[in-house]
Amino acid sequence: MQSLTNRKKVVSNKEMTWVEKLYLPAILGGMRITLKHIFSKKTTISYPEQKREFSQVYRGMHVLKRDEKGAERCTACGLCAVACPAEAITMVAAERKKGEEHLYREEKYAATYEINMLRCIFCGDCEEACPKESIFLTDRIVPADLKRGEFVYGKDKLVEPVDKPIDISKRQTPEVLEFKKNKKLTHNR
Amino acid sequence: MFTPELIFKIVLIVAVFAITLLIAMYSTYGERKIAAFMQDRLGPNRAGIFGILQPLADGVKMFMKEELIPNMSNKVLFILGPCLAMTTALMTSAIIPWGSEITLFGNTFNLQITDLNIGVLYVFAVTSIGVYGIMIGGWASNNKYSLLGALRASSQMISYEIAMGLAIIALIMSTGTLSMREIAAAQAGFHWNIFVQPLGFLIFIICAFAETNRAPFDLPECETELIGGYHTEYSSMKLGFYLFAEYINMFVASAVISTLYFGGYNFPFMNDMGLSSNAIAILGVVFLFAKIFFFIFFFMWIRWTIPRFRYDQLMRLGWKVLIPLAIFNILLTGAIIFATN
Repeated sequence: MQSLTNRKKVVSNKEMTWVEKLYLPAILGGMRITLKHIFSKKTTISYPEQKREFSQVYRGMHVLKRDEKGAERCTACGLCAVACPAEAITMVAAERKKGEEHLYREEKYAATYEINMLRCIFCGDCEEACPKESIFLTDRIVPADLKRGEFVYGKDKLVEPVDKPIDISKRQTPEVLEFKKNKKLTHNR
Repeated sequence: MFTPELIFKIVLIVAVFAITLLIAMYSTYGERKIAAFMQDRLGPNRAGIFGILQPLADGVKMFMKEELIPNMSNKVLFILGPCLAMTTALMTSAIIPWGSEITLFGNTFNLQITDLNIGVLYVFAVTSIGVYGIMIGGWASNNKYSLLGALRASSQMISYEIAMGLAIIALIMSTGTLSMREIAAAQAGFHWNIFVQPLGFLIFIICAFAETNRAPFDLPECETELIGGYHTEYSSMKLGFYLFAEYINMFVASAVISTLYFGGYNFPFMNDMGLSSNAIAILGVVFLFAKIFFFIFFFMWIRWTIPRFRYDQLMRLGWKVLIPLAIFNILLTGAIIFATN
């Protein structure tokens, strides 16, 4: 039968010849291989300086987007928290006061919005559930920390800065937007 | 009182001591780098450029670690173990001829700390004492893994010393002297002993691997079976001394191999280029160190290529293969000497 990889080898238990029993040719062969590897290309990526190339649609740390005027898009509807299979998202809703229109896009907003990064499995369901195009996963990495508590990320870490918008165009492609408009699909309802 | 000879010897002793420690220090770095390269990694590269300060960082770490002495151990012997290992490792370099004669301010000096007329025997005597460092340390720990490691180390070193001695006897027969200086001087130019004693060299280098407890003969400290072997219970700088002694042993073994079989400080065409004797001496030191560095690299090269022996295989190789082979080598050398005279 043809093997799948063509790397099949027939194993035999035959007596070793005198030269093979010396082991020296085998040792020299091994040394040749290790010497070759000294000069071969190294596979290490020195992490903080070099970064491995991420996939176009990598799902890393979340961001809470603002609209064009810099107001938070999130209305604390809770659909992301419901969609979350790991139950990592919690939020407290609040009503917008007069004079806060430049801060929050609609009448209701999230007073606190927390994602526990230790629970999160980075599946992207929150992003799919969001009807306001507010939460997105980015190609940023959640950094290591020393305490468990530090991994509960609040709005201070999740909401994008007003002056430095975070690019999510790779995940919010026209195809995705088109797909989300189709209300016949169950998860868009 | 302070004759030029005495001052020169003191300077030489300090220089050899410092160079030995420096090379042993950077062997640890070299070992990690070579291991990494052979496994397609980069190795330590964070401390200084290319990780050049890594040995210093390791040293500082070793000194800062908590010093533990097990409750049930024999405390005197427990401390004596690493001291002995370190001392014996450093002692052998006394009889290595580092170069030929050098003339300074009208005085001629030998670039050798002391020229014993039984230099080769001295090497064996000191390496034999080296077993005690491991044996005492392993026994005093009062730990069964340490004891097993120490037993393995001592039986292995005793077994391979025989084959090593027999290999050297053939070399002594062909050179006719026991003095390291005369053995080195007899190999002037390109008349290296490797061409006279290829089989003896092979036996000697295999035994040298076993004597220094290096892979593939690193059974005394195999992590998988003995969780570190004789230095299981050691911590802090006492552990550092054991590890350091291994690298010093490797350096000294490389120096002995270079001197006995690879011409020591001699290099091809040394007397045909019309150089002054001082220039030849300095170039000779450079060549000797080049040879030593090659053999240190060779030790590491072997370590990261060949897997460890099983214990019965180790004993079989020592007693059933190397010793008969060494005796055959003696007979062969004797027959050739008899035939040519």
